[in-house]
Amino acid sequence: MVTNQASMKRNGIQDWVSLRATAVIIALYSFYLTFVFFTSPALTYEIWQGIFASLFMKVFTFATLVSIMLHVRIGLWQVLTDYIKPTGLRAGIQYVLNLIAFAYVAVGLFVLWGV
Amino acid sequence: MQLNFSIYRYNPDIDDAPRMQEYSLEVEEGQDMMVLDALIALKESDPTLSFRRSCREGVCGSDGMNMNGKNGLACITPLSALGKGKIVVRPLPGLPVVRDLVVDMTQFYTQYEKIKPFLINDDKQPPSREFIQMPEDRAKLDGLYECILCACCSSSCPSFWWNPDKFVGPAGLLHAYRFLIDSRDTATDERLNELDDAFSVFRCHGIMNCVSVCPKGLNPTKAIGQIKSMLLQRAV
Repeated sequence: MVTNQASMKRNGIQDWVSLRATAVIIALYSFYLTFVFFTSPALTYEIWQGIFASLFMKVFTFATLVSIMLHVRIGLWQVLTDYIKPTGLRAGIQYVLNLIAFAYVAVGLFVLWGV
Repeated sequence: MQLNFSIYRYNPDIDDAPRMQEYSLEVEEGQDMMVLDALIALKESDPTLSFRRSCREGVCGSDGMNMNGKNGLACITPLSALGKGKIVVRPLPGLPVVRDLVVDMTQFYTQYEKIKPFLINDDKQPPSREFIQMPEDRAKLDGLYECILCACCSSSCPSFWWNPDKFVGPAGLLHAYRFLIDSRDTATDERLNELDDAFSVFRCHGIMNCVSVCPKGLNPTKAIGQIKSMLLQRAV
């Protein structure tokens, strides 16, 4: 049963809006990357690095990575509260998966820094 | 013509576990009938087969069940609509089984009670006779008031299966919106306060199973979307 304060006190409206707001950014990034992929004559390392070297692309990529983390955080909480009823187990899995989601953002950030 | 059925059987007083029992029914070639009529005919040969039914014309909502994987009312579902093969009949999914096709609807009614399904009007002087509305206000209730609480929608909703104690479910939310939109109801804010959490409304992810199965052709997903909009407009 999901009875703990941390779960019940979550704000449904905020989660609902956040999911949609982050989904828009993720979708825009996906479309943009697909567009770049298909309009580039050849995708050599230099061209690929050139794309990500611009400040716009760095900010856009980082915003997308953060959006994915927020999106995943809410989505995972919803899925886990549906399927995993023992509170301790659910909290543990949620903690580990959130850490992994954060790790992806951190790795992405370091990669962007390196470009 | 022989019709074959596979019907869910479970009597907790006798059976250790539920089982599917095979039945066959002889009908005239080309004859069609409702699933409920077939069940009544089968019950004549096996009186232990249990199911609920009352009005037998799609008004009372008693005989909601799962037929060939889709919830519906047995009394208005023709056998011809279920294809030519064996007809598999199970109780409404997600609800505890009392016996055979009879389910315990306590969770469903508890959620229905939560939304206070009655008109609340705190005006000092309510009309002593009919409480009339403008035609355009009355029209807003169309597509909402027709719900007969058969539970076909809520028991087809995975969000209700996993959180029947917290998610109000499509039927309850359809009724909630019916009172939220009623021009005579003055408890809109209180009603929205009751729904303003992460589970009651927002567990609906809009998969529209409820719309697909509603035997009255109603659209709970649309009503839930309207409630979400009302909650959002109030919050921003």
